[in-house]
Amino acid sequence: MIAVILALLIVPLAAAIACAVLPAKLAPVITPVSGVACFGLVLALIPAAGHRDLNYLSYLRVDALSEIFLLATGFLYGAVTVYSVGYAKHHDQNQQHRDRYAKRFFAGLNLFAWAMLAAPIMGSLALLWIAIEITTIVSALLVAIEDTDRAAEAAWKYVLIASAGLGLALLATVFAYFAGSQVLGEHYNLAIRPLIASAAYLPHTPVRLAFMLAVLGYGTKVGFFPVHTWLPDAHSEAPTPVSALLSGALLATSFYAILRYYQVASGNLGSGFPRDTLLAFGVASLLLAALYVFGQRDIKRLLAYSSMEHMGILAIGVSFGAPVALAGVLLHVLAHAAAKGNAFMSAGVFTVKFGTKQISALRGGLDVLPWSGPLFLIAVFALSAMPPSGIFRSEFQIVYGGLGSGNYAAAAVLVALVTVVFFGLTASTTRMLFTPAPARRALAPSELRRSEQRRGEPSAWMVVPMVAGVVVLLILGLHPPSELNGLIARAVTQLGATR
Amino acid sequence: MSGVQAPGAYEGAANVIAAGMLLLEFGMLRQALVRDQIRLYMAQSALISVLAIVIAADRNLPDLYALAALSAALKVVAVPLVLRRLLRRAGLDDEEMPGVAGSNTLSPATAVLAGIVLAAFGFFCFGSLGIHGPAAPALALSLAAAMVLVSFGLMIVRRDVASQAIGFLSLENAISLASLVVASGLPFILETGFLFDLLAAVVVFGMLIRAHHARSESLSTADLTKLQG
Repeated sequence: MIAVILALLIVPLAAAIACAVLPAKLAPVITPVSGVACFGLVLALIPAAGHRDLNYLSYLRVDALSEIFLLATGFLYGAVTVYSVGYAKHHDQNQQHRDRYAKRFFAGLNLFAWAMLAAPIMGSLALLWIAIEITTIVSALLVAIEDTDRAAEAAWKYVLIASAGLGLALLATVFAYFAGSQVLGEHYNLAIRPLIASAAYLPHTPVRLAFMLAVLGYGTKVGFFPVHTWLPDAHSEAPTPVSALLSGALLATSFYAILRYYQVASGNLGSGFPRDTLLAFGVASLLLAALYVFGQRDIKRLLAYSSMEHMGILAIGVSFGAPVALAGVLLHVLAHAAAKGNAFMSAGVFTVKFGTKQISALRGGLDVLPWSGPLFLIAVFALSAMPPSGIFRSEFQIVYGGLGSGNYAAAAVLVALVTVVFFGLTASTTRMLFTPAPARRALAPSELRRSEQRRGEPSAWMVVPMVAGVVVLLILGLHPPSELNGLIARAVTQLGATR
Repeated sequence: MSGVQAPGAYEGAANVIAAGMLLLEFGMLRQALVRDQIRLYMAQSALISVLAIVIAADRNLPDLYALAALSAALKVVAVPLVLRRLLRRAGLDDEEMPGVAGSNTLSPATAVLAGIVLAAFGFFCFGSLGIHGPAAPALALSLAAAMVLVSFGLMIVRRDVASQAIGFLSLENAISLASLVVASGLPFILETGFLFDLLAAVVVFGMLIRAHHARSESLSTADLTKLQG
């Protein structure tokens, strides 16, 4: 299995270097090959990770928990790279500019995925921090790549706020070392396994401090209120494939880091304090998202607030602590990656087709886009936890776990706020899809040119990964494979579920 | 071990250096000229390296000598060089660099007062936690916490990208101080990883500052208000 893990660390990095060095026309070939290969590699790890923890050299580690997050990132990386082949073709500039853009874009995309795949493989909290910091650095450049005023603003806010947040996460790492070194000795290398194993013997105050700082620091990248302010800006201004990765994979990867601190903190402090902390952040984030999905004018900002909602759901789910709720949380990570990836990818088709992200200008989607229109509708319904999507199953498990563990108020708040978000999302979606296109005279000349495009998809490359996403959502919702169930059950045990 | 060789010397040195770094942080907070902020940052970074050397000598950790050298090379030489080049390209030469107009949202006196409140809050909060050990003087750690909050304050009260970047870099210095105080035994390879990550972050900050300047012909962030809601 070490070969598979090493391949996961080498393939995307090699693809990034190849895209940067080789002629631009090869980048759209290399990238999807790397993306799909990495998804295959991640799938190959399921049987082993479902039965034992894979530790190598004390710095590499894949257990059931990290494998779940690898699956989410691996799937989205594969889907998004195929989608990008069609997306990059529509970057309407002259050939020379397009080639330069393609080189940077594909190299950055691979490097971004590499850092996100590396993070859950790192067996040390220090290396985990480094990997997540690299995701910030690379994705900030990708947010700025469109070279517009808005992109530059979003990238600056993102890099400053996320880096400051990660500064706090580094402080959390330092205190985790301090706590660990009290028991494991001065030469302790911040490895996750011994820290969790000796959690009960660590001094309480540094562990409590490290957990709080980790929730606040990594929470900046998860998009927890009140440190979420970069999130809607970066998600809306990044190229669509990057938005999909930011939302479906990066937020989850940062949440993974919080879960590692949660494991240590709950082993040391008992489950009360860590769960209460996550509950507070989760409810606040969910509430803010529910308020902000209404009245959004930009389709990608709308989806960005939906991401905040789902991160809030994850935090609340972990705070319930019941095994069924934790299993729901882990399933939610996977289902959210597929659904949000699909939502962003189909939104990207809308923006390519209509030439704008403004919801008010996107009309008659079902008429104009025979595939992406219905696929966007399916993605929004999936995000709103409609059966039979995977998110229905996962949210059902989370709420069931909450009620079963006696958290009635939190479960009720969760259901109420998710319903509010559902109304907000569907109101905008209905306008985009079912309202007929406006009369020609109401349109600006540039919009008029776009509106005259005939019914049809910009590229088949952009449709195929969305169909794959729907298949994944259906599998997760109707009949999750037994290997996956075994993996989730093992990860739930690692998270220390209690009734 | 450490106590036998030089009782109290290490702790005293760590506390003095931490206090010096906090004062330099206040200097950055009130300094209007970006050029001088960079100088203060260099001095602060140099103090970090001195502290690393003191700890290396006192606690017999040879790794820390290498870390001190690497840290000095990066934070005292490379990062300020990169920042200065950026400012020169932005037309803010050393001789005539006037600072960025309208960068201070608060008057220097108010900013310093706010900084004192933040520093006191951080200092006493951390002091009350009682985190200390043979290698971790509680006072230096409290001073590091104060520095973290003041550097956040610096990023908040300034409205230009260069000062905000310096705020982030001094935040990193504050964390380095905390790391040296409570985690001096952290393996060298990990410390090096943190440092190179910092270098990569500085390069990206630099690229985004250049992109910002190329678009708006200024370093001010006052016009970064398009994305709301």
